[in-house]
Amino acid sequence: MGKKLYINTTINGEAVEFLCEPRQSLLEIFRDHLGMTGTKEGCNDGNCGACNVIIDGVLMNSCLIFAVEAQDRKIVTIEGLASPQGLHPLQQKFLEHASLQCGICTPGFLVAAKALLDQNPDPTEHEVRHWLAGNLCRCTGYDKIVRAVLDAANVAPNTETSLQSSN
Amino acid sequence: MAATSNSENGNGNGKYKVIGTRPIRHDGLDKVTGRAVYGIDQNLPGMLYGQTLRSPHPHARIRSIDTTKAEALEGVRAVVTADDFSPAGDDEVISLVEGVFRLTHMRSNILAKDKVLYQGHSVAAVAATNIHIAEEALRLIEVDYEILPYVEDVHEAMREDAPLLHDDLTTEDFGEDTGTKSNIASHTQFKIGDLEKGFGESDVIIEHEFKTASVHQGYIESHNATAEWKTDGQLTVWTSTQGAFGVQKQTAGILGIPVSKVKVVPMEIGGGFGGKIPVYLAPQAALLSKKSGRPVKIIMTRADVFKSTGPTPATYVKVKIGADKTGKFLAAEANFAFAAGAFPGSPVWAGAMCVFSCYSFPNALVDGYDVVLNKPRSAAYRAPGATPVILATETIVDEIAEKLGVDPIEIRLLNAAQEGVRRVDGVVYPVIGCRETLEQAKAHEHYRTPLNGPNQGRGIATGFWVNAGLKSSATAHVNEDGTVNLVEGSTDIGGSRASIAMQFAEVLGLPAEAINPSVGDTSSVGYTELTGGSRVTFATGWAAYEAAQEVKRKMMAKAAMYWEAPEEEVRFEDGIFLHATDADKKLSFKELAGHLKDLGGAVVGSGTVDPDYGSGGSFTTCMADVEVDPDTGKVTILRFTMIQDAGTAIHPSYVEGQMQGGSVQGIGWALNEEYFYSEGRMQNASFLDYRIPTCFDVPMVDTVIVEVPHPGHPFGVRGVGEASIAPPPAAIAIAIYNAVGVRLRELPMRPDRVLAACLEKLAASH
Repeated sequence: MGKKLYINTTINGEAVEFLCEPRQSLLEIFRDHLGMTGTKEGCNDGNCGACNVIIDGVLMNSCLIFAVEAQDRKIVTIEGLASPQGLHPLQQKFLEHASLQCGICTPGFLVAAKALLDQNPDPTEHEVRHWLAGNLCRCTGYDKIVRAVLDAANVAPNTETSLQSSN
Repeated sequence: MAATSNSENGNGNGKYKVIGTRPIRHDGLDKVTGRAVYGIDQNLPGMLYGQTLRSPHPHARIRSIDTTKAEALEGVRAVVTADDFSPAGDDEVISLVEGVFRLTHMRSNILAKDKVLYQGHSVAAVAATNIHIAEEALRLIEVDYEILPYVEDVHEAMREDAPLLHDDLTTEDFGEDTGTKSNIASHTQFKIGDLEKGFGESDVIIEHEFKTASVHQGYIESHNATAEWKTDGQLTVWTSTQGAFGVQKQTAGILGIPVSKVKVVPMEIGGGFGGKIPVYLAPQAALLSKKSGRPVKIIMTRADVFKSTGPTPATYVKVKIGADKTGKFLAAEANFAFAAGAFPGSPVWAGAMCVFSCYSFPNALVDGYDVVLNKPRSAAYRAPGATPVILATETIVDEIAEKLGVDPIEIRLLNAAQEGVRRVDGVVYPVIGCRETLEQAKAHEHYRTPLNGPNQGRGIATGFWVNAGLKSSATAHVNEDGTVNLVEGSTDIGGSRASIAMQFAEVLGLPAEAINPSVGDTSSVGYTELTGGSRVTFATGWAAYEAAQEVKRKMMAKAAMYWEAPEEEVRFEDGIFLHATDADKKLSFKELAGHLKDLGGAVVGSGTVDPDYGSGGSFTTCMADVEVDPDTGKVTILRFTMIQDAGTAIHPSYVEGQMQGGSVQGIGWALNEEYFYSEGRMQNASFLDYRIPTCFDVPMVDTVIVEVPHPGHPFGVRGVGEASIAPPPAAIAIAIYNAVGVRLRELPMRPDRVLAACLEKLAASH
């Protein structure tokens, strides 16, 4: 067991400090130490995309990042997509298109799709499918996910739809 | 009969107010914001982290296990082996809907006693203050193995001189114990008519052998369990499971304690597809908790999920079909063997029911064998047993059509199963929608659209799954603002909170949004069987319907009390309580709910059902267009359409979702997915090497929902969860044949196999 290290980073716009061992992944820190379980663990070896986060604008698998690498970074997780004013258009479109069944891959897909739309606001279906090929979904067959992303791309950037929920 | 294409995207079916609409699912917000708490997300104060030591050998005797070094490692709080089980465990047989299992087998699958039977078989488990210490501790456990010969092929396992896995396993033939020690656990046979006569009268007879590899359910959330076993003997388990009551039954049975001592809290579940019916970790976590006095959480590693859980049996299937000159089927014979893995219980019975399910065969014989060998115990996977046998039957049906020059849809329509047809296992079909799915295929624009390139082909296939009824419960509480809390017992694996709440809402004339559905734990809802067998919307929806009926009756009595009128003078129409003679007396559900506090208090309704599903089931027909790369053998799916009889589609978006998900799982099974074994060990235990389809591998999946209402359900629901996985591999095999002229009869139809078949054909033509 190594000595714990002090890390100072920014998560969803807020300054966050934590102590970690050198061998701990960023995903482990989110889930087991910061209480941020929205980022999911699917495989822990970088093959499913369920733990996707955006670090300094780049889409990453947080299971493949050591927690110590978070020093002085800006990280966006699923918990940072919605604002108090409402859901991100991607979240709203996932609900409207019934793009989730069990929902375990959904946070990863949403974060990955946000990273896509941030750099390519009007992607083709081919571009969406190519970009999201690192995210596995076993429930939906992807049809309704791809439709939701294409539909969300048509919502004007930076306008957030009203929070809509049935409960 | 109605049919809805997903391109129409209609809202409402005209017959009902809520049923057939597409409201946003009740649990959707939590699932798109990361708030929903899955089994892997459970955290408790003082919780320890567990890990499992697994066998590296496919077959070995355990001479000894030394855990002293692991126990001495700082941070380790408990180590358990099979010796920690209560010695008084009995050997009753447990039914888990999609399979029947002996408790001794389940117990030795949780922690091996005396022998390990496959690579990945659990040997010991450790709980430590963090996951890394637990992993280190596993490496300090010393197991002395005596290596035994193993068997990994189903036909080798059936031989008399094969290494035997179990000393106490004898073959069951026609339900009778033969007393013969063997790896053949059972032989199932179904028979109707006169087979010899049927083949004797046939003008064309085609027979072939088919093989399929083991595939995994591939849910994205690994198996997990968190257990807290307190000193008063009360055990609580938090887990993602397809059935909380099934986990309760298995965990109590394996640990040898009463079910009343086990409370199971079903967390949100990240996929299952049949693979989260059996327990793997809950008893380990429970034993570790008992020993350490702390709550213990175990999340299975992804590699262990592949090596130790799930997969479908690898199968060998031989089918022979005879038809007359017009294409009318006269006789059929099937013989198959399923590799159950280390313990018996593969879905041979289901394969036998499904193999000839889509057509009328006056004369038929089916023999199926359940065989154990040194691989992980197989588990149910979406329409378990159906996909391999449908591949065989549908491919041969296509060959007969080709030989006779009959259109592939016409030959299916000529023979399609329908009301009154007797299936080989003896049941007689009631009203079913097999023919209707074929008619929709024939009418579909996909069927008429020409292909537009070389090496392209189209394939059509029909499939079936039996579906189930079984026990479900729901309880409703009316709130004073006119909303209703609905607690039901079925894990929501794909939107069933919505489909259950919508049936409840329909009865009371309320909007879906007025219902607040939640999934109860084993202490807060009546007994409910698992989320499986395509049964939740059918049976738990029915329980909600009954609960709504009770709420309606009680609310009518409250209206009578409010108006000081006799109860028989109150009517309920379109969500409004009316007085029979005084037109001024009207109360909406919401208004009456607001008065409940002055009318004797809460209104609670409950529903408990155990419906006989009947023998109808759900039928699917699909069309696949493929293009084969002649240089590499790679198959690309160009277009895919799935047509299914839903009975009644409660929430069409989630019905389509089931159809699309099943289609793509079927595509993966057809083209990519496979357990690679070498020397008894799985070689591809990761999502990188065990490749499920990504969104880049598949096109949009068109759907057509056919609605031939189930005559035995209040709203005509049939259940749609499974039948969509059955026909895609057959449709793709047929499409490949139509593209490049080679018949593939082994799954997966990976590039090297397609290429080899193409080269063989080329060589033969020179």
